Amino acid sequence: MPEPATAPPALDPADAAMDRTIQPGDGWIGEVPSGGHLRIVDLHGNQAVDTLLYDAHDHAHRYSAQDTIRGQGAIYLTTGSRLLTGTGASLATIVADTCGRHDTLGGACSQESNVARYGEHTRHMHACRQTFLAQALAWGHGLGKRDLTHNINFFMNVPVTPDGGLTFEDGLSAPGRHVELRADRDVLVLISNCPQLNNPCNAYDPTPVRLLMWEAGR
Amino acid sequence: MMAAAAPAAHRLPGGATWSHRLHRGEALELEDLEGGANAALLLVNPHEPTERLNVPDTLKAQHVARITAGMALFSDMGRVMASVIEDTCGWHDPLAGHARTAELEAVHGPSSFAVHGNDARRGAREELLLELAKHGMGARDLVATVNLFAKVTVDGEGRLVFHPGASPPGGRVVLRADMDVLVLLNTCPHPLTPGPWAPRPVGLAVRDVGVAGADDPVRLACPENERGFAATYRHAA
Repeated sequence: MPEPATAPPALDPADAAMDRTIQPGDGWIGEVPSGGHLRIVDLHGNQAVDTLLYDAHDHAHRYSAQDTIRGQGAIYLTTGSRLLTGTGASLATIVADTCGRHDTLGGACSQESNVARYGEHTRHMHACRQTFLAQALAWGHGLGKRDLTHNINFFMNVPVTPDGGLTFEDGLSAPGRHVELRADRDVLVLISNCPQLNNPCNAYDPTPVRLLMWEAGR
Repeated sequence: MMAAAAPAAHRLPGGATWSHRLHRGEALELEDLEGGANAALLLVNPHEPTERLNVPDTLKAQHVARITAGMALFSDMGRVMASVIEDTCGWHDPLAGHARTAELEAVHGPSSFAVHGNDARRGAREELLLELAKHGMGARDLVATVNLFAKVTVDGEGRLVFHPGASPPGGRVVLRADMDVLVLLNTCPHPLTPGPWAPRPVGLAVRDVGVAGADDPVRLACPENERGFAATYRHAA
């Protein structure tokens, strides 16, 4: 289970090293130093923010959804969830969450998976793994398709039933809700602000999110 | 219907690793010889190794959080890599992942060849990394796996519930390769297994079953699978 909620330092946006708006269908890649905080604000509500994390000094040492789920004994992410690598190291901890829970089972949409899920007509729609790939290639350092794995979907609601069913539901989020990560080591964060129009993950209306980063928590 | 079960061609001991390239239309039959086995499964396209089993795509295409007969295993490229064409267990776990050596040490203490010989406890992650290395791959290629023979449910609060011994002695699952596929398996006990260290062997056999026909039940299970098979077949043509 996640650790009990700890009161995070109240970080002032005026002190943020970065404060930017990410449009739907766009993304961001950048480093957050150890002890730094990254806050993602769901400006308009019900917006999936697909996120991958890497050790900034070794990109093969990266977020593992299955290790994270097993480490906390539960599938949903919220305050106290430690985001683990495949070796069990903590990349970051969720230190604030006004949404309540986030998904790490649903993965990211891609042109290819859209075709399987929704049909050939969706092949050339925008998709998160296109954004991931574009951001990864732009970052350089050899980052590419091999590094795109099973991600986190902040603000997305993918309930699992006791008999093993899984659905994409309307989000639990609302305008202004946010989630905040504290980096437990130097991390590289890769984000796609989801452009999916074929299921309720963005309430069929993808909207911008705000990213705030503080290089060291107070 | 399938032919009668072939005799196990290979006995994979508990806590061991195996890889094999299946040709399209071949099937791998796995038998839980003693009951309570676990086999972590990874699939890679041998012709294009950046294409691999994608657990989230598999789950969301079929709206499931378990794997059983009639289900397809999707790659990250929207294609069906393999299908579960027979299953006497009813549930294989795609959620909890594979154990690391450090996790085994935390529960069972340290282990080494010097002390335990060939029964030394080795984590599934470390073993799968070695097996991937034999095929020129590494940590970047190790993605989410499926635990064959293991059952993990999720309660109303989202917590994992492990069901010990969900697979009986003689439990069988058969995977058909719908494209050429490199199969990697590791039989380390499931990472949530309680109690003493007791890795279980798995019998393996490969047989020809032919490619899926137009009336194949996995293909027809849902429109998502039909489209996934169409993508696989376009690629193979």
